Amino acid sequence: MERIAIVGVGQTKYERRKKGEIFYDLVYEVTVKAMEDAGFTLNDIDNVITISNDFWDGRTISCMAVQEAAGAHDKNVSTVEGDGTFGAFYGAMRVLGGFGTTLVVAHSKGSEGDPRFITNGMFDPIYHRPLGIEVLSASALQANVYMEKYGVTEEQFAQVSVKNHGNARKNPLAQLPMNITVEDVMRSRKIADPLKLLDCSPISDGAAAIIIANEERARKAHKKPVWIKGIAHCSEAYFLGDRDLADPIALKEAAKKAYAMAGIRDPLKEIDVVELYDAFSYMEPLWLEGLGFCGPGEGGRMIEKKISTMEGSLPVNPSGGVLSAHPVLAAGLARIIEGVLQIRGEAGEHQIDGVKTALAQGINGPCGQSHCIWIMGRDQ
Amino acid sequence: MSNWIERVEPLTLKGQIKVPYTWSVGEVGSRFLVSLRDDQKIIGNRCSECKTVFVPPRMNCGKCFKRITDWVDLSPEGKVEAFTIVRFAYPLQPTEPPYAYALIKLDGADVGFLHIIKGDLDRLKKEVRVKAKFAGKRTGHIRDIEGFSIV
Ligand SMILES: [Zn+2]
Repeated sequence: MERIAIVGVGQTKYERRKKGEIFYDLVYEVTVKAMEDAGFTLNDIDNVITISNDFWDGRTISCMAVQEAAGAHDKNVSTVEGDGTFGAFYGAMRVLGGFGTTLVVAHSKGSEGDPRFITNGMFDPIYHRPLGIEVLSASALQANVYMEKYGVTEEQFAQVSVKNHGNARKNPLAQLPMNITVEDVMRSRKIADPLKLLDCSPISDGAAAIIIANEERARKAHKKPVWIKGIAHCSEAYFLGDRDLADPIALKEAAKKAYAMAGIRDPLKEIDVVELYDAFSYMEPLWLEGLGFCGPGEGGRMIEKKISTMEGSLPVNPSGGVLSAHPVLAAGLARIIEGVLQIRGEAGEHQIDGVKTALAQGINGPCGQSHCIWIMGRDQ
Repeated sequence: MSNWIERVEPLTLKGQIKVPYTWSVGEVGSRFLVSLRDDQKIIGNRCSECKTVFVPPRMNCGKCFKRITDWVDLSPEGKVEAFTIVRFAYPLQPTEPPYAYALIKLDGADVGFLHIIKGDLDRLKKEVRVKAKFAGKRTGHIRDIEGFSIV
């Protein structure tokens, strides 16, 4: 693959409800931040991708409503519906396809809709949607399958929530920094067994943007480029009943392809920090298995051994992760941005020492039907 | 400017997009739902290549990319493969919580069938046997099965 890099990033603070800004304003804010970060002006942006979803925005063809705020006036623009990592993947392809630079921006205001109604809408309208299933109950189903199959425990899930909310205390952009204990998680309100309130990510508002550039243009950016070493995504069956929910095969496949592209043989040794899509606490151990950091069923023990803490050998979500802020469509892009900040050494108080290689993950569809993996590196 | 917003309750406009849709359930889906409605019977179909028995039935196997033609009568009974007990309420739910969502492996099928389980929830566990209860008034809809109950 030709060398391409991330040269600019921008994020809003993530909050339960943005009172003063509409979508357009959030997109404008992160677009300006990403350009300032790169030292670019609008003239340096060749192509724009906006990421949104009509159900979440409550307006049709919602991406189209923010393209001016993304600096797309008189430019080539495409819109992607789904998680930001997938939009960024498309952005990378546009750069490989000949554009010198591409700005990718995602926004989400969970406060303006009803996430249960909205996520019920992602299920098939004939057989599943009329049963009222939405993301909380579907995810709880997956958590239960995972526990049944491998004996992973609710306490192990709770440890993820304790860790990630604790990490969020070092991230000024996180929405839910919290000093909590496993007992607090275990005692929190039951949502859908085995998930309790503190196992679940919050409703959030926020936006995120990145600028991807080819090698020539990356050299003109202010900051040291963060090179895209490997990217891949993969999808599996749509009906929950067709899948083994404890075996994330799409994630395994996406990881395998991304590792091969990045030349990674031993992910545990070669990757220094991981930012993954932990919309629910059980997802961290399950996704760690899918990413090949441990064998099937070993994710829970990995959490217990504190390998994924900031002091551990594989820090996971030092930013606080999705559990600490869940702007649905921007959350994956935020994972990429956190990877970039870690590699640059600009993650502030939640910086991990000496990060050379970072992994970011995004998901799309119920129970992680699709996964998108990004491997980013300091060195070419 | 930025202080100004802190001192007032900003305006919030309420709205709702209402768009009617009609979804054709297709030839295969129609046969499945008509069977629920008229015969109170759950049917599936089998891929001739991988032999998977699907429920709800599909016209094609997504893995083998083969047209499926072989119909199979399934039992209204099966065992629970996975479940969650829902503790929160919201308007689209088919019944009052607590109730369970479960993936049920119907006798004769190879994939999990998503539906709800009502009552007796403290007896609910993996592998427990359940049986479909059909609605009195049926319209050719997935909720012609009112739910499953533990046998
Ligand atoms: Zn087949």
